[in-house]
Amino acid sequence: MKLLLKGGRLVDPVSGRDEVVDIQIVDGTIERIAAAITASGGVKEIDLRGKIVAPGFIDMHVHLREPGYEHKETIESGCSSAAAGGFTAVCCMPNTNPAIDDESVARYVHEKGKAVCDGIVDVFPIAAATKGRKGEELSPMAELVQAGAVGFSDDGAPISSPEIMRRALEYSSMYGVPVIQHAEEASMTRDGCMNEGAMATRLGMPGIPPIAEELMIARDVILLRYTPKARYHVAHVSTRNALDHIRKAKLEGLNVTCEVTPHHFTITEEMVSGFDTNTKMNPPLRTKDDVAAMKQGLQDGTIDVIATDHAPHTIDEKEVEYTTAPFGIVGLETAVGLCLTELVDKKVLTIVQLIQKLSTNPRRLLSLPEIHIKEGEMANLTLLDPGLEWTVKTAEFHSKSKNSPFDGFRLKGRATGIINNGKVLLA
Amino acid sequence: MKLTSRHLLGLDGMAKEELALILDTAVSFREVLDRPIKKVPPLQGKTVVNLFFESSTRTRISFELAERRLSADVVNFTTAASSVSKGETLKDTARNIEAMKIDMVVIRHAAPGSAHFLTRVVDANVINAGDGTHEHPTQGLLDMYTLREKFGTLEGLRVCIVGDISHSRVARSNIFGLTTMGAKVSVCGPATLIPKDIEQLGVKVYHRLDGIIPEVDVLNVLRIQLERQKSGLFPSLREYHRFFGVTKEKVSKAPKPITIMHPGPINRDVELSADLADSEHSVILQQVTNGVAIRMAVLYLLGTTN
Repeated sequence: MKLLLKGGRLVDPVSGRDEVVDIQIVDGTIERIAAAITASGGVKEIDLRGKIVAPGFIDMHVHLREPGYEHKETIESGCSSAAAGGFTAVCCMPNTNPAIDDESVARYVHEKGKAVCDGIVDVFPIAAATKGRKGEELSPMAELVQAGAVGFSDDGAPISSPEIMRRALEYSSMYGVPVIQHAEEASMTRDGCMNEGAMATRLGMPGIPPIAEELMIARDVILLRYTPKARYHVAHVSTRNALDHIRKAKLEGLNVTCEVTPHHFTITEEMVSGFDTNTKMNPPLRTKDDVAAMKQGLQDGTIDVIATDHAPHTIDEKEVEYTTAPFGIVGLETAVGLCLTELVDKKVLTIVQLIQKLSTNPRRLLSLPEIHIKEGEMANLTLLDPGLEWTVKTAEFHSKSKNSPFDGFRLKGRATGIINNGKVLLA
Repeated sequence: MKLTSRHLLGLDGMAKEELALILDTAVSFREVLDRPIKKVPPLQGKTVVNLFFESSTRTRISFELAERRLSADVVNFTTAASSVSKGETLKDTARNIEAMKIDMVVIRHAAPGSAHFLTRVVDANVINAGDGTHEHPTQGLLDMYTLREKFGTLEGLRVCIVGDISHSRVARSNIFGLTTMGAKVSVCGPATLIPKDIEQLGVKVYHRLDGIIPEVDVLNVLRIQLERQKSGLFPSLREYHRFFGVTKEKVSKAPKPITIMHPGPINRDVELSADLADSEHSVILQQVTNGVAIRMAVLYLLGTTN
């Protein structure tokens, strides 16, 4: 198939390119990039004037729920959701049933990704750091890396024991893959279901203190200083002080990286006041000050990655009392819109910086091959329309689940297509 | 003047005029309670279901009396176990009961926000009779009624709520209601039982009873629950009683008599000494009587505006 992308603005942080060009793609390979290419016969032309061509986005923190919880999401519906949201790759977390703590499960997930949605979305498993995600014994990390795992995490649960965390950091360091911590000191969070503070006090809701996140990161930084060859990545950072710990560790030269979710830089605990369970996630929505800190951290580079923590749950699972509802929201189909609206349109990040956090940086920290947008390379692209205004309608999500607090939000900017592995998907 | 919402979920966010309307309406129902025939017709033909997922004696009986005295048909659904443990969700339970054509639901449930949740799944008027540690609006209202009856006004009245503020829906509803009506509200309890940033709700925080007793007109004493000690929030009931128990000896230090309130049931000689609970300065039984009038007022205002 021949494709001609006409007049789009190519923004490629890897090559440093930022210019309006035409790109001809033949059978998935970039054949030519030039100021003006005239369409020859049999070429499908796509008008990208006013739009952006970026290296393919990756969401390094999603829950695809398969195997085990296919009523919430499957690898297929999750990939379909990712593709609709503008992602050419996802990393799926191991809290499946069985957990991804064994090479057969890792291989199953990785291979299934190739079989669904025409293989347009690459699925890279994050394997469990410990067997059964119990925090007691290390998972077979070497075998898991061979089976396609790109990182280790017990996500959903923290790696609580300092001894196990130390050993996980040491062992994983042999393979250059990060240990991804769900930073939460569990003895302090117990039955908490929203940010501890004035709003939880007003609502009479058990709180999750911000220090539970901060303490775990502070501890891990001390462990990392002792195991300097390891790579430590903090999942879904959400508080100002947590970010300060990471900032200091980075200044010290430690191998620490972190991600933030779109909801943690967009909305606050105020959203919980109507007891809508689509505002219940872990870490919880925090304060205005924390949201401001997230934006600052994105701007100054403390935050390397934007990842969604896409966590599908069915309507029945979420339509219960707030305290019994499961944590998490779906994120793949609102992420790019929220980023463009909250970060680029409001001038927190340049489009180049945004693309780094959605593509270049996560790929680098997961040791995935860089995307090169040049002649002779396979096209792995995300197309963006930064000016498109649209309304989020959860009912139209490709994900099996609709649990999002953003239903009805007006956003400016959206992903309008992806190209990967020789396949093309246009909105 | 009407209430702006067709539900009573909490006192948080309600306007002064709305609170005053309920209190004023309760005055005439309070008078009905002293009549030989204590029944009036406004809710004739309406069906009210009392949906109690937590054990409660006085609140349920108080609501039921209020409903019957307004001539409503009353159905009671009481279960000690939560709906979830029985395998049926709260949503299903509520919708099933509503399918039997009921007009109003009074709900008591252990989860904060359960009354709000109910408004999203049923069409009936919803009255919150206590949602976990969130609110207990009719208790807040009956406390305000009792104080207004005794002092004439709530404006400037100095009220201290004593005890486990963190886990108290009574405390929250009192704080929201009383501060809106212009009272000066403080809380006093162990630091581990005062929720984070409560000052932002407009109250002052104290940790010593002798520091606050000379400064207040009213002590609203909360029930202390033994489970809190087990979860490490205070060391022992003995220590609690010595330092936070309200006793005759401690209140005798006040320049003038302090009015004593308690939402019940009382742990006698734990949070409140027996002699004080039964003293002339206690309004605990008036609170119970006024509770029926307040609930009649709420049921009337919500049930007759549809």
